Formats: sequence, structure tokens, C-alpha cells
Amino acid sequence: MATNFDMRQDITQAARDRILVLDGAMGTMIQRYGLEEADFRGDRFASHGHPLKGNNDLLALTRPDVLREIHDAYFAAGADIAETNTFSSTTIAQADYGLEAAVYDLNFASAQVARQSADAWTAKEPDKPRFVAGSVGPTNRTASMSPDVNDPGYRAVTFDQLVTAYRQQMIALIEGGVDVLLIETVFDTLNAKAALFAAEEAFDATENRLPIMVSGTITDASGRTLSGQTAEAFWVSMSHAPLFSIGLNCALGATQLIPHLEALSAVASCGISAHPNAGLPNEMGEYDQGPEDMAQQLKPFLDKGLVNVLGGCCGTTPDHIRAIADSVKNRAPRRTDSAYAAPDSPAESPAA
Amino acid sequence: MTARPLLSLSGLEPLFVTPDTNFVNVGERTNVTGSRKFLRLIKEDRFEEAIEVAREQVEGGAQILDVNMDEGLLDSAESMRRFLNLIAAEPDIARIPIMVDSSKWEVIEAGLQCIQGKGVVNSISLKGGEAEFLDQARMVKRYGAAVVVMAFDEKGQADDYQRRIDICARAYRLLVDEARFDPRDIIFDPNIFPVATGMEEHRRNAVDFFEATRWIRTHLPGAHVSGGVSNVSFSFRGNPVVREAMHSAFLFHGIQAGMDLGIVNPTMLTVYDDIPEDLLVRVEDVLLNRRDDATERLIDFAEGLKGVAGTVAVKDDAWRKEPVADRIQHALVKGIAEHIETDVEEIFGQIGSPLRVIEGPLMDGMNVVGDLFGAGKMFLPQVVKSARVMKKAVAWLTPYLEAAAEGERKKAGKVLLATVKGDVHDIGKNIVGVVLGCNDYEVIDLGVMIPKERILDAAVEHGVDVVGLSGLITPSLDEMVDVAREMENRGMDLPLLIGGATTSRVHTAVKIAPERSGIVVHVNDASRAVPVVGQLLGTNSKEAFAQGIAADQLKVRENYSRDRQRKTLLPLEAARVKAARTNAERTFDSAHCPSPAKPGVHVFEDIAIADLRPVIDWGPFFRSWGLHGKYPDLLQDAVIGEEARKLKADAEAMLDRMAAENAVRCQAVFGLFPASRKGDDVVLENGTTLHFLRQQSPQGQACLADFIAPAGTPGMDADHIGAFCVTTGHGLEEWCIPFKDDDDDYSEILAKALADRLAEAAAEWLHRQVRKDHWGYAADEALDTAALIAEKYRGIRPAPGYPACPDHQEKTALWSLLDVENHIGVTLTESLAMWPAASVSGYYFAHPDAHYFGLGKILPDQLADYAARRNQPEAEAARWLSPVLLESPQSLKS
Repeated sequence: MATNFDMRQDITQAARDRILVLDGAMGTMIQRYGLEEADFRGDRFASHGHPLKGNNDLLALTRPDVLREIHDAYFAAGADIAETNTFSSTTIAQADYGLEAAVYDLNFASAQVARQSADAWTAKEPDKPRFVAGSVGPTNRTASMSPDVNDPGYRAVTFDQLVTAYRQQMIALIEGGVDVLLIETVFDTLNAKAALFAAEEAFDATENRLPIMVSGTITDASGRTLSGQTAEAFWVSMSHAPLFSIGLNCALGATQLIPHLEALSAVASCGISAHPNAGLPNEMGEYDQGPEDMAQQLKPFLDKGLVNVLGGCCGTTPDHIRAIADSVKNRAPRRTDSAYAAPDSPAESPAA
Repeated sequence: MTARPLLSLSGLEPLFVTPDTNFVNVGERTNVTGSRKFLRLIKEDRFEEAIEVAREQVEGGAQILDVNMDEGLLDSAESMRRFLNLIAAEPDIARIPIMVDSSKWEVIEAGLQCIQGKGVVNSISLKGGEAEFLDQARMVKRYGAAVVVMAFDEKGQADDYQRRIDICARAYRLLVDEARFDPRDIIFDPNIFPVATGMEEHRRNAVDFFEATRWIRTHLPGAHVSGGVSNVSFSFRGNPVVREAMHSAFLFHGIQAGMDLGIVNPTMLTVYDDIPEDLLVRVEDVLLNRRDDATERLIDFAEGLKGVAGTVAVKDDAWRKEPVADRIQHALVKGIAEHIETDVEEIFGQIGSPLRVIEGPLMDGMNVVGDLFGAGKMFLPQVVKSARVMKKAVAWLTPYLEAAAEGERKKAGKVLLATVKGDVHDIGKNIVGVVLGCNDYEVIDLGVMIPKERILDAAVEHGVDVVGLSGLITPSLDEMVDVAREMENRGMDLPLLIGGATTSRVHTAVKIAPERSGIVVHVNDASRAVPVVGQLLGTNSKEAFAQGIAADQLKVRENYSRDRQRKTLLPLEAARVKAARTNAERTFDSAHCPSPAKPGVHVFEDIAIADLRPVIDWGPFFRSWGLHGKYPDLLQDAVIGEEARKLKADAEAMLDRMAAENAVRCQAVFGLFPASRKGDDVVLENGTTLHFLRQQSPQGQACLADFIAPAGTPGMDADHIGAFCVTTGHGLEEWCIPFKDDDDDYSEILAKALADRLAEAAAEWLHRQVRKDHWGYAADEALDTAALIAEKYRGIRPAPGYPACPDHQEKTALWSLLDVENHIGVTLTESLAMWPAASVSGYYFAHPDAHYFGLGKILPDQLADYAARRNQPEAEAARWLSPVLLESPQSLKS
């Protein structure tokens, strides 16, 4: 297996000095290409039995050129970190398309495309090394809520099933050459706990330990995750892992994210990340917040020293990322006493 | 947070133990080894009641919930899993962290896999050796929990001070150094054993615990100390007063020694200061091993207290005293199922109709839930919980509902749910399914990525009452529009529900609802699904609800288009700047702005009907009679041709009579005046100012004033503007009297319609006179009627109150300019309508570029500018211009 371990960069080193910029939306960019069913199928899945249009993760295998262009565009805009196009690349999420068998390849290929783009940009601008974050989505099942009308104790997915699916995805991402794992859009903390559990197993299996970023999603007006946790409880539930960062993404625009991010920042001992949407969707479901507006709304994040990693989620484009990259220049990252403690060491060592 | 907490745990909410936290209370009743009642409930599969035991613990003040299923006859792992999964659906219980309590590792692991928060494992120990201990510790860490470590090793349980501290120290080093455990996540349980047992070796049990606790807290930094407090009073079972006193006193001294957690039944605890002095002394003598005869003294004292009841926990049941409707609302909002059946029974007795109980108090309660959720005061798991209480209430009423429907009724209705094609998100849809299911609806859930054909086929196949679509990603919105369109194509008029994160009330109203004649409702969250479906299916409520939704959607559409225009309209200044560029390229010279051959005011006293008949535009005449089509083709139309020919014949006959009998007098007055453009006004040499409005659309910024040359334009004399008024209405009323007398409505209407046509024809006729003769710039014009009607000529005659210049007020300027009233007797009513009605007035513009346009909407900036130009209050101008204002005049400050 061709891997690129030696090409990996130490992201924790880079984060000491500056706020790192995460890239923007992948789906929004892919939509611009107006791809059709045939693009998604390619030759490999030409006779696959399910409709595949809309399965964006599949493009790693069938239209890698599109992904490469998008990664390049984000790096050109000033992103430090590209996310792999693997949000739904687990057997659980791909089951809807009957593509469970392709999951390893999806993750490996996506990691490779992003890796190649990052390496090309690092070679071009050695002062600004580029990183690849392996995107690990929530899947479309909840481990702590029941979808069954009559049985609140029922679960559509078990912890073990999630661990198995996540481990498989993460091993492929690691072998594909990502620098960091990004467990994102967490709406059910138990799913994320399974992902953290799987990450340990994947690190054991690949004998390679990567930094982990976790990013939750607050959907309710009550300021809770879908599964009902507050931001603080979310941090506590994730804090057993040696996280590089914890943060919030999706569902909200920058302004709406501030109070929740402050709550996280007040309790978390690792780095803080945020990749909000380009505002809230308008009535037509479109994100219409412009790059300047978004950068303006992110200013309080910088003024309050809230973040170490900043980027964009739904509706953001290279123009948004360029505006964000411009705005974080010369701005200090959030200070954390033990944010970058070496993995697997307790934050405070006990007196002997 | 400046200092990191000493211990952080979480359920739905965090539990931060800080130096200020006196003591963390672990609820212990959900433990089959400690509670016979709980064991019985689990054994008998009465989980619903078992959950109530947990709720009592939380309501009684437990900060962590200990759950233990270790019983030989139970499948402990499965019971643990089931109970914790059920608890997860109880937000008021799940808010606190869980302590997974078992002596079996597989049970602990089963428990850890069910809790989203950071819980506590209770417990692991060195009983099975270091390797097993470390393996388990590493797994606990991987699962993200704190851990209770029993003072237990390969040789057995630590029963004295030295063994306690030796084992704890050894475990600590292994955990911290080998397993890399955060020391703050270590909780030692140095064994609380009974005292006052009568056995000599038990006398120091409490003292050794206190001293070991003090040592651990001093020498093992970060680590905590906990214990099962009720053990200490084991020998006083059946004597609650003594036991409670012992627990309280033990905790008092334990906490002083550094014990910061404890498994204790909060309902079996008295307040330390409330313990009677004589009892306290004897209890403390035992605990602290202060007297050789301490045990005997306490036993003697206890004899006198046997059978006296201890503290009785009082739950906050004040709400039970409220009126029944309030109690139902309380139960729904708080998700308390316990009394709902009693309450529903009571209110059913009052109301009598099961349906009215559901549609009344129960729905009222669910609406409160929906409001609280919308306001962020409830979160989703709480809403789901409320729905389950609702379900229980409906279930109780079901037999009565069935009886009321004479056994026909089965379910409240059938709802089909699907996530649309291209979208795999189904969590929200599943929640809606749960909530509907709980409210007695049969839910048919097709799953995700469902093509529209399958959705609609299934709807027919299952005979559903409502179709619900869900989607999260933006492209799903288009897919929903397609489904709506397809429903219309198939003639399905089932109600359609729209939900999902990117859907909105506006999108539903603007894009989806117009696609079909059936009702489309946006359901913004799961808590609204029940009332919406309930109203859609209610025989009495359906129509009013549908009308309400349709009216609301119409308003939303209007607001949306207004908002869009507001976003796109140009500020007046910007529109003027853009228009100036267009005007700069427009030629103003003597050819484009010819001087009139006969300037001044002219009057035609009596135009012959015969002259007007050739220029009548018959199209509007037939339209006014409901005969649509292009004239004259419609006379030959297969369907309406015969009717049209008959009408035309009647009209021609009537015109013959009108001409022969001089039924109406056709008169005209007009004038051609030197004028120049000044901004958006046209100023006449005699001082009259005509005010015009400018388009503010990005596509066009036209204003009628633009067709007049500014003063002092080089290479030409003064430009001119014309004004006119024609009427063919004088005499008409009198001439129609005989029709009235004969009740001949047809002839009267025909005559009046023809008079209107004659007025239009007179305007056309006059305009041609003016172009060819009085203004004279088109002396050679030779156009037939069709070309005239198609406005092929040069110049225009826009009328005040019509699209290019919508302000009727400007007619007053024309009236004084032409002295219309004196010349031809046409007057203006209060609302500035012309009398007689068969009259036409307007301006003449001669510039070859002059053309008709619609003004469109204007922004408040132009309203203010226009009112200032007209020197009238803004509110008054707004009243006349209301059709072109984005906002209604009422909303303007007057």
C-alpha cells in the first residue's frame, strides 16, 4: 500500500503560531459543476443497481479531477487545511447507495486527492505548509435516540456497529495520508464517542497516531445538540481523548455560533475550532451570506480570542475562505494551557 | 473557567466538581442488589415503573445515577442496555451522569456503550491481577468514563487502614503511569463496612475509612474518594431513625476527611444538625470508636426508636392540586406520564367527548410544547417525551373513540413519510414519525432517497390521508417541488406536508404550494406535526385550516415578491444616474422636438360619430362581453364566432341609432405648450409643473419627463408637451332612459359600452389630428385602423392614473391648463374620476423615443422626493400612490 506518512506535517506545530484556516463547503462547490448521474457512476459503477447522483463522496473514484480542482481552489484562497470529501464514506451511510464494499477505496482515494493537492501547495509555498483533515461524518443513524414509534429503548445502530464502520473509514483515511482526523457535525455525542473509540483502534491497527479534531453541531434554539446535550456537556463527553481541538460547525451562521463557542471555550482545555455556515439559509434554502459579511461576522471570534482553527461549512466558497484567511492574518490564536499536550498524556501530571 | 474542575462528568448537562462542591450525591435506588422493589420491577419487565424509580432519585437530588443489574436470574448486560437506552429518552433523568455499576466487565461495557455523556464505571479492582486491571482501565478510558476503584486486590478486600492505602496507592500508580489515566477521573472506594455489629474487628471500620480517605486525598493527587454509605448501618435494618442518623453522621465525618462522592439514598438521610443530641452522641461514639461500650449504648438507645418512621421524601407534587386541564398541560410539558390516565379520565368525565378531549386540552398542551420548543426553552428529547405522554393519554381514550365511531375507527389517520430522492437524511423525519405514532396515527415510512413515483404510488396503495416529505440538503427543495407537481398531474388532492432543515414557510408558499391545487403545509418542527395533521383530518377544522393556510401562503408570496423587489430596486439617486446616461445619448433637436404648427388650446365642439367609427378598437369591447380572442379573427371563431357576429351586428345597429339620434355629444379639448424638463418634472412656460415618477428597477429607469428636452438645449427652440381631454358621454344618460323604462338592460349596457369605445376612438382620432395637423410633425402619416391601434405612429398619449404615470392627482393640473370643465363640461369627482365616465384625458409626447412603460414599484425614497416636489404631506401622496408602493401607506409615519 502506497502511503505518504513521511509527507505529513505536524499540524500542532503550525497551530502554535497562528490561527489555521480550514477550507469551505465541498457540496456547494460540487453543485457548481452540475454533474449528472453518469459523472457519479463513471466506468466503475456504470451498471450499479442504485441511483448514485448526489452521492458526492463517490466522486473521489469517478471524478477525482473535480475534487482536485476544489482542493486547489481552497488552498489558493489561503486555506491551511483541506477536508477530505469523505463525510458520508462509512458503510452505514453508503448503505443507502448499496456501496458498502467501496468504502475503503472512497476514503483512500479521497485522502490521496487531498494529499496530492496539499503537497503541491506546500512545495510551492514552503512557508505555509498545507494539511489534510480526514472528514468523518456523523452517519445518518443516532446511537442514543430511537427512531421507533413504540419503543424508546430501540436503537437503529449500536455502538459496536458504529465503531466497526468508523474504524474501517479511519484506517483507509490514515493509509491514504491524512494529517489529522476531523470528527464533525456531531449531532449525537454517542456516535462521536464511538468515533473516538474507533480512532484508538485505527491508530493501533496502523501504528500511527494522528491528532484528532472534534466538531459538534448545535441545532436547537435551546443551544443543544440534537441528542440534547449542552455545549459544556459535549466537551466533557469528548474530553477523554487527547484532542487537538474541539469546536462547532454547520447548522448556524457565525453570529449565532458565538455564545455556544464561548461556552465551549470557557471549559475546553484543547484548541477551539469553528466552521460555521455562510449565514442561515434563506427562505429558498440557499446560503447567501457573502464573503465580506461572513468575515465581518467572524471578527468577534478573533477579537475575543476564541479560536485556533477557523473555516466554513455549508454555503461557503473559496471567496469566503479567502476573506477568512485575510482576516486571521496577524491575529493571535486562542491561548490554551494544555491545548497541545502530547497525545495520550494527562493534562496535568500528578505529583510523584 | 479559570481553574480546571476537580472532576468533570456529564449527562445531557455537565457536572463539574470544584473545590466549592461539598459532596456529590450518587442515587442508589436503581440498583437490583440494594433495592428489592427495583429488582422486582426489572424481573417482572416493568421497565416503565423502574424508570420512575430513577426519576424519583433525580427529583430527590441525586447528582449521579447508579445503575446496577447484577442479579443471577437476570441477563444483566441486556437489562443494563435496555434500562440505559430507556433512560436516554427521559431528558429529566438523562441530564445527570450515569454510574454503570457491575462486578461483571461485560455488563460494564454494555452500559458504557449506551451513554452519550461521561459517566462513571463502578467498579474495577486489582482482584484479578494487574494485567486485567490495566486492560479494563484502558478500556474505560477509551469509552470516556471516570472509574471507581475498589480497595480490593488479589488477596481480597482491604479491611484495615494499611491495606486500604497500600492497594489504593498501587492502583493509582498503575492507572496514572501505565494506563495514562487522568488522576482526576479516579475515584477510590476504600470500603465502607458495617459498624456496631458486635464484632471486635469491626469497631474501627468507620475510623479506618475516614483515615484512609484522608491519606488518599493527601497523597494521591487528583483522586477522589467515594463509598456506599448505607453499608455502615447494616446492623440497624428496620430502624430508619438510627440508620438515617448514622448515614448523616458518617457523611459528615467522611466529607471532613475528604470523601467527595457517596452512594446514598437521599430519601434515607436526615440533616446532621437535626439529629437529636442524645442519638448523635451515641452514633458518633460508634463511628469514631470513642467508647468501648459504644455499640451496646447505641443498640439500647435504638430499641426505643424501632418502628418510628424516618424521613419521608416529599416529591414536588404541588402541581397535582391545580385544575385538571392545567395538570394535563403540566404533564405534557414536563413529560410526566404517571398521572395522565387519571387526569384524562377526569376531564373526559367533564367534557364527555373523547375527540374533544384530544382536540381541546391535549392539543392545547402540545401547542404549549411546540411554542416552548420554538422559543428554545425545550429541546428535542423533551418534545419526544411529551409526545409519549400524549400517546398514553390517547391510548386511554381509544376505546371511547372507537365506541363513538361504532367500532369503525381504528387509527386517527394514515400518514406517509419519505425523504425525497437524492437525500439520505432521515433523523428529523423519524422524529416526526415517532411523534405522530405516539398520537395514534398510523405512520408508513418509506425511508430515504425515495423517487416521487414511489412516494405517490405508495400513497395510493396504502390509502393514506396525508403525505409528508422530508429533506435536509438544498437540492431536496427542488425535488419537493417536483413531487407537488406530480401530485397535481395525477390529480391527487391529499394534503402535503413539507419538513426538514432547509425547508421553510416561505419556500413552501412561494415554490411548492403554487404547484398544486391541494393544500401544502410547512411543518417547521416535529412538535407541530400533530396539531397540523389533526386539523387537516378533522372534519370540522379541515376547511377553515386549509383556508387559513392558503391565505397565509398568499400573504407570504406577496411579502416575498415585495422583499425581493426591495432588495433589487435601485435607490432613486442611482436610478437617476443610470437614466442620465441613457438621456445623454438621446437626441434633442428641432427634428426630434418639433415646434407645433398650431400651439395653444383648441376645442372640437362636436365630432361626428361617423368619423369615430372607423377607428374603434373592438377588442376591448368583445372582452367586456366575455368574448376573448383577437379581433377581427374572433368573428370567425368556431365556438364564439356566431355569438360575436350577433353582438357586432347589434353594436353596429346601435351605433347607427346613436348617430342618427345624436345620442351623445363627442367633444374634445387639447393644448400644445412650450415646456422643458426639470429633473423628473416638466415645467410649462406658463408656470404649471407636471410631476412624473421614475422606474427604479435595475432593468429600466424610464420617466415620462425624459422625453422632453431640458431648458436651453442647444440647436432647437423650446420643446413642447401636449394635454387633452375627450368625452363622448354627454347626453348618454338621458338617451338611455327609455331602455331603463323598458327594463331593456341589454340595450342600456350596449349603449354605455359603445360610448366608452367612442371615447377611446375619439382619443385616437384626436391624436391623429394633432400629429398630422396641429403639431404637424406627421403630416404625411397614413396608417390604417389596425396600425393605429397597434400604435405604429410617432408619439404617445399616456393618461394620469395609468401605468407610466399612476398618480390621478395630476389630472387637476390638466384640468386647469385646458379649462376642461368650461370647454367640454367634463368634471373630476372627489376621487378624481372623470364625469361623464365615457371620457379620456392625457398628455402628448412627440419625441420619437417616447414609449409606454409600466412604472413598477417605487421605494420610499421616491415617495418622499415626489411628495416634496408636489409640496404635499408624504402620507397624502402615499394614499394616491399606494398601488406602486412596496409598503402599504398605513405602515408609513404620517
